[in-house]
Amino acid sequence: MANIVCIVCPKGCRLTVDEKTFEVTGNNCPRGAAYGKTELTFPTRVLTSTVKIENGEISRCPVRTNGAIPKGKMFEVMSALRKVTLVSPVKIGDVVIPNVCDTGIDVIATRNI
Amino acid sequence: MRDVIVIGGGPAGLAAAISARDNGAKSVLVIERDTCVGGILNQCIHNGFGLHRFKEELSGPEYASRFAGNLENIEVLTDTMVLEVTTDRVVRAVSREQGYMELKAKAIVLAMGCRERTRGAISIPGDRPAGVYTAGAAQRYLNIEGYMVGKNAVILGSGDIGLIMARRMTLEGAKVHACVELMPYSGGLTRNIVQCLNDFDIPLYLSHTITRIHGKNRVEGVTIAKVGPDRKPIAGTEFDIECDTVLLSVGLIPENELTRGAGIPIDRRTNGAYVYENMETLSEGIFACGNVVHVHDLVDYVSAESERAGAAAAKYALGEKASGKVITVENGEGVSYTVPQYIRPDNCDKKADLFFRVRNVYSNKCITVKNGEKTVASFKREHLAPGEMEHIIIPVSLMGDAEKLTVSVEEAE
Ligand SMILES: Cc1cc2nc3c(=O)[nH]c(=O)nc-3n(C[C@H](O)[C@H](O)[C@H](O)COP(=O)(O)OP(=O)(O)OC[C@H]3O[C@@H](n4cnc5c(N)ncnc54)[C@H](O)[C@@H]3O)c2cc1C
Ligand code: SF4
Repeated sequence: MANIVCIVCPKGCRLTVDEKTFEVTGNNCPRGAAYGKTELTFPTRVLTSTVKIENGEISRCPVRTNGAIPKGKMFEVMSALRKVTLVSPVKIGDVVIPNVCDTGIDVIATRNI
Repeated sequence: MRDVIVIGGGPAGLAAAISARDNGAKSVLVIERDTCVGGILNQCIHNGFGLHRFKEELSGPEYASRFAGNLENIEVLTDTMVLEVTTDRVVRAVSREQGYMELKAKAIVLAMGCRERTRGAISIPGDRPAGVYTAGAAQRYLNIEGYMVGKNAVILGSGDIGLIMARRMTLEGAKVHACVELMPYSGGLTRNIVQCLNDFDIPLYLSHTITRIHGKNRVEGVTIAKVGPDRKPIAGTEFDIECDTVLLSVGLIPENELTRGAGIPIDRRTNGAYVYENMETLSEGIFACGNVVHVHDLVDYVSAESERAGAAAAKYALGEKASGKVITVENGEGVSYTVPQYIRPDNCDKKADLFFRVRNVYSNKCITVKNGEKTVASFKREHLAPGEMEHIIIPVSLMGDAEKLTVSVEEAE
């Protein structure tokens, strides 16, 4: 049995995961069950950061991966983000990098600038 | 004369304004001192907002935009600082464009949020070099202005902002050497310990503190020591860490200068105004919501509480005053405060929401609500921690003839 904390939402339910069947208990919602299983088999994270933006009222545009990426790829995605410069206007949901580092996940903007 | 003036355009102010409009207030004005609305959410670029409210995992700016995009028929003054509020509901403010102004309202909602405690900084002995920041200031530099505050950091305090910044700086290429917490438990959400410290192997030193900051012009290192149960450093346990930056994440304090100035009574337990079930302060027609009332860790709760405040402000502006018997809510064993502090059952829609924090980390306990010796409601909890705000709902039917209700942490049967 593995004891882990669900990080999907700020409630932070304490999960117990069976290492053989991946059955999850202690979760308050179905997302917790899914998290408990992936955390033990193939841990993933949503990555948030900022990229440069020109001609906007501020000089950094916040972005996030539009889904979870493999935990081990976080620094690779960070390097990819460092190479990006956006030009205002940018809208929430605009794709900043499609299929980032071959994860099948897009990086999207999270602020209208 | 406006129906409702809201002071502060963070998530609390925006939700209150929208709710006031939707509940019939004709003229609603939001005054914000920053150049845009959204409050602290604009710099909280991490995700985890709105899962309960929108069933989506949003970043702070995205969550804010859900409200900022719904401001039709609401007037917003940005870049405008409120200087004074009076109990006869006059608001005095100043802006670069319009200069000094005096505005009248039938109802006012206070939603000024929090600011960071800096006391930790002042009490650390040693040199006063550059490189000591509050975590929130560092967050603003990095996420909005694009400046990295340092390359080698130590974080004092395990509040959420510090934890979030530990991850943020690590991802941006800095080395975060340690997070140092005075208390034997973390002040932040457990999920942030997991995904901000554990994910990056950043050590968390519980029951430790920084006893000295070294460096002439720039921070060169810190001395850390273990503390005893009295929170005093234990001689002989000191060790040094080299670093160029110290971030302080030692808590938030509600920003209540305006509230105090108006003479509205403030609860020393929350550092915010005393409030009734509908978020009305003890000064009739003035309401308060969000971090200015008590520090929240979940914006979803801020929005819900603020909608109640906005709706009540609209009602008041339209001439409907709350009245009836008042029940005092008290914090008993293990509970450090409750919000609201007063409940008027006649003014509740069948139930009252109660928020509070516990004093310590507990497992398998029961939260009880008592009328004298009689338990009127109890709620089982597997886990309780001071860093996580608790929420219970008490049906009016259970309040009975109570004059006073006491909320405590007790052994589960
Ligand atoms: C670093 C950090 C991380 C967080 N992470 C999460 C998370 O992951 N998930 C989650 O759900 N919640 C999170 N929260 C909590 C949530 O963001 C806050 O509880 C919420 O933003 C509080 O909203 P507010 O409107 O009360 O305050 P604020 O957002 O602080 O807004 C107050 C506004 O009032 C304005 N103001 C103040 N005084 C005046 C004046 N005199 N005149 C005019 N305007 C004034 C300020 O400029 C500001 O815009 C986090 C908070 C912080 C600080
Ligand atoms: S199990 Fe559900 S409610 Fe509990 S922390 Fe995970 S996502 Fe949140």
